[in-house]
Amino acid sequence: MIKLQVNSKSYSVDASPQMPLLWVLRDMLGLTGTKFGCGMAQCGACTVHLNGEAVRSCVTPVARAANQQVTTIEGLSTDLTHPLQKAWLAEDVLQCGYCQSGQLMSAAVLLRENPNPTDDDIDKAMSGNICRCGTYPRVRKAIHLAAQMQKEGGKL
Amino acid sequence: MSTTFDMNRRKFLRTTTVFAGGLLIPFMVPASARRMAKLGTGAVDDSAVVFAPNAYLGIGRDNTVHIILAHVEMGQGAWTTLPMLIADELDCDWKKIRVEHAPPDVPYFHTAFGLQITGGSSTTWSEFDRYRQAGATARALLVTAAAQRLGVAPETCSTADGYVIAGDKKLSYGELADAAAKQPPPANVPLKPASEWKYIGKGAKRLDTPEKINGQAKFGMDVQFPGLLTALVLRSPVFGGKVKSFDASKTKMIPGVRQVVKVPSGVAVIADHFWAAKQGREALKVEWDIDPALVIDSKGMWDDYRKVANTKGSVAAKAGDVAGTLPKATSVIDAEYLLPYLAHAPMEPLNCTVKITGDKCEIWTGTQWPGVEQNNAAKILGFKPEQVTVNTVFLGGGFGRRATGSSDFVTEAVEVAKASGKAVKTVWTREDDIRGGYYRPAFMHRVHIGLDADKKPIAWQHSIVGQSIMAGTPFEGGVKDGIDPASVEGVNDSPYMAVVPNHLVELHSPKNKVPVLWWRSVGHTHTAFVMETLIDELAHAAGQDPVAYRRALLQKHPRHLSALNLAVEKSGWGTPLPAGRYRGVAVHESFGSTVAQVAEISIDKGTLHVHRITCAIDCGLAVNPDGVAAQMESGIIFGLTALLYGEITLEKGRVQQRNFHDYRILRMHETPVISVHIAPSTEKMGGAGEPGVPPVAPAIVNAIFAATGKRIRSLPIQPVDLAGNA
Amino acid sequence: MQQAIYTVVIVAALSVAAASIKPVNEPLAALPANAHEDNLMEKLNVNAAENSALRDSLASASAFLEVYKVLMSPRCMNCHPKGDQPLQGDDNHLHVMDVQRGEDGKGMYALKCANCHQPQNVPGANMPPGNPNWHLPPADMPMVFEGKSPRELAIQLKDPKQNGHKTMQQLIHHVSKDSLVLWGWNPGEGRTLPPLKHAEFVKQFKAWVATGAVAPAE
Repeated sequence: MIKLQVNSKSYSVDASPQMPLLWVLRDMLGLTGTKFGCGMAQCGACTVHLNGEAVRSCVTPVARAANQQVTTIEGLSTDLTHPLQKAWLAEDVLQCGYCQSGQLMSAAVLLRENPNPTDDDIDKAMSGNICRCGTYPRVRKAIHLAAQMQKEGGKL
Repeated sequence: MSTTFDMNRRKFLRTTTVFAGGLLIPFMVPASARRMAKLGTGAVDDSAVVFAPNAYLGIGRDNTVHIILAHVEMGQGAWTTLPMLIADELDCDWKKIRVEHAPPDVPYFHTAFGLQITGGSSTTWSEFDRYRQAGATARALLVTAAAQRLGVAPETCSTADGYVIAGDKKLSYGELADAAAKQPPPANVPLKPASEWKYIGKGAKRLDTPEKINGQAKFGMDVQFPGLLTALVLRSPVFGGKVKSFDASKTKMIPGVRQVVKVPSGVAVIADHFWAAKQGREALKVEWDIDPALVIDSKGMWDDYRKVANTKGSVAAKAGDVAGTLPKATSVIDAEYLLPYLAHAPMEPLNCTVKITGDKCEIWTGTQWPGVEQNNAAKILGFKPEQVTVNTVFLGGGFGRRATGSSDFVTEAVEVAKASGKAVKTVWTREDDIRGGYYRPAFMHRVHIGLDADKKPIAWQHSIVGQSIMAGTPFEGGVKDGIDPASVEGVNDSPYMAVVPNHLVELHSPKNKVPVLWWRSVGHTHTAFVMETLIDELAHAAGQDPVAYRRALLQKHPRHLSALNLAVEKSGWGTPLPAGRYRGVAVHESFGSTVAQVAEISIDKGTLHVHRITCAIDCGLAVNPDGVAAQMESGIIFGLTALLYGEITLEKGRVQQRNFHDYRILRMHETPVISVHIAPSTEKMGGAGEPGVPPVAPAIVNAIFAATGKRIRSLPIQPVDLAGNA
Repeated sequence: MQQAIYTVVIVAALSVAAASIKPVNEPLAALPANAHEDNLMEKLNVNAAENSALRDSLASASAFLEVYKVLMSPRCMNCHPKGDQPLQGDDNHLHVMDVQRGEDGKGMYALKCANCHQPQNVPGANMPPGNPNWHLPPADMPMVFEGKSPRELAIQLKDPKQNGHKTMQQLIHHVSKDSLVLWGWNPGEGRTLPPLKHAEFVKQFKAWVATGAVAPAE
């Protein structure tokens, strides 16, 4: 049994240590907000936080997450109050929405480490997340807005 | 349903003129609360529908307004735009709206296409009357009910934010729902004038955002219930191959693998979860029966197409005497264009969940045409369509891939569930998706343009070679006299072609086993590229500014001119650029809208940088302007991706690409600054989902010509195309 | 491939076969011109035992050219780029996700190396290669291989100010034992190997050091 802490809840799963964290989250814990897009760390749809870092869960063996802190999109906030979620609402960022869990989880690390990102910083943080609908211009805008909101009192 | 299939896409667009006058509205009267209750709102509380004046909306006692979408949400915004149409007539509280996809049913047939479909960039214009009418009818009934209760004349009542107001009294729609349900349906409820629109032309925030940013939205991939197993299918490495034999002994040793079954498309490994199924599939050994005739090669295919291009084809457009005029030309542009197969690659890989219980089958999937899936599923099971329930969940992108005539990913999943006797979600990996066929067909264009001494085109001979998309789909009837309109649209009806006195457009539709499909903007994906780069070439040959040259040819096309002029003005066309920057332009009509784009590029050590795309669209009334802008941005990035990276090639019948590392998608750092401008327009309403795609590749390639002096005629762009004197 | 469109394609201009090998007796350019031979060797941390066998400039330069072939192979060079972005593939294209070095060489923001690169190679073709310490040299010690001539690279390798403050013995240990170096010979499915076997590489490296760690002439 592998013990996991996901969104501050404890779980024990009977999974092979090499099983990717993605499929443990989705198929064993029912946390389907984290998406499967490529299975080879190319698209970022499966991005979750492992001890605060934006790991690609499709290539991360669950063993690596044992006894560590995992946060998924379901744990970003419980009430849509994360500045990024507010900004996503304000800018009408998403289209089909399938990649957006990953976009948000990546953006959250960027804002934590750089509360004032430039366009260049956004490129350097977000170019691992593919969006086939092409929402990049709005993702960019919304990250700037979230940074602004954060400065004005919202917190991460 | 089959009788309605005989429709021609081009005709659909032309019907839009009569459409605004109140065309067919299969309004589903009498609608009943029972029908609404069947729709799976799942509500057992006060939000449950008690008043359902038609098939498109229902109201619960707690003021909830359920809106049922005849079109599906695949990113394009139907989830928000259709409710806007209802809300503007119904005067309901926007916050009380709950949206869901319709099941396959007659009231949800496309008002122009005659079957239930989301495609052809048609949702907004095709529902503009029907959904407003649905809202207006409901409002009239609520007002009647309120007037009766309050003992006032209906004319003295007004409505706002989910209330009927009469003097100092107001009644909520929820309070009135039961009484309104007993009213006889009114006839011919007038629609509001544009001056009273609150949402139309202004927009509203997307209604699907909250659940798509907190992980709660359910895509097909996310369907789960107790007992549901996951299947991966090992398919033939060559299209058309059949299973000869298979050995699953190692597969069955993988923990979690439950079953291995043969289905018509291959061998399915069924397991407790995806990972076990994937490992099981990797351990599977299958021997394939492959007909050597099916083993094609991209290179050989182009050679075949080249031979065919020089023969006589089906005539798509003809004027004057091309053969007689070409020899008289003082110079000839002789161009061969090669445009490869392209995969849609929606972010959500294909999947379909099927549960067969006795004489019923329930399906959950993201599809652009649930009724087609229902029919095809029923055929496999020997059921009547009504024995098959299709639950359409959110589509993680469509772009055409989730509307195949064969229902490929649905029928396969039905076969898997049938063979296994279990409820199964059949999931495609990205590799399955990229290699699974249903591509934008590869096309060759062979063009000879004869110029006179003044560099004016006097003869235009245009041969198009590529597989037919419509053949084998419900739209097959659209192929007339050997012409699949989806192969030639944008060439045979090009305004440029019309002004060349001698022209001939011919089509060849060779057949092979590579499945092809509409791919966001369909024929325009290649025809706009060919036409808009050739026009640029003609402008340069004539020594004219590419914009001025186009304007002269487009005199009788006000929508082309309005889009072109707006894009040109906003882009600063003609103003000086920083050293090393170049501009290119393109304008193209598709799906009832005209879009012009100006690209600004530079080339640095053989690397192309696309800095800026200025886009203008004339789509008639823009019901949701920010939604239109989003679709332009989306289309531009989609088209740019294809231009830079898009290519599916075959070697020995095997698709060479397999995932995002070798079928690349544009990323954030490669994305240009995009500005979108909507031309004020009272022209007939057109689409937005696709028309942003066609102009981007030619605009950029024309800018590359400005930089390098080289014409690019094969896509995607290759490094050698960028070498030069830039 | 079209991948090159967005990448600066770096073709190692060097043709090893064509490189002239000739004895070099003058002090190394990177060192003070007045450095005495003995002091020089001390500075280079070459121990006394090796000192006795050295000064075979020809053999040393020749050994380094073998070492150089390995260092310039994609498995080594891709993480020793001249810019602040790692490279990928045998064509040394820029990492397609716009991955950055970051101050510590471990990437930036949501694109830190370990977000995709696991402690071990992920099985399968084109899957992320892995190592517990997957990283680039840090920003203040970038140890660039890309674009360096054999002479430039040899001088850089010997200079503690440019080689991560390593003595020659530590360098030998590094190329012999460091798991990230060793990864080059276990790079995961489908990746080409460096042109020399690891043992041969170490042997040549040691020979280079033992014969005076001479930098080949330009």
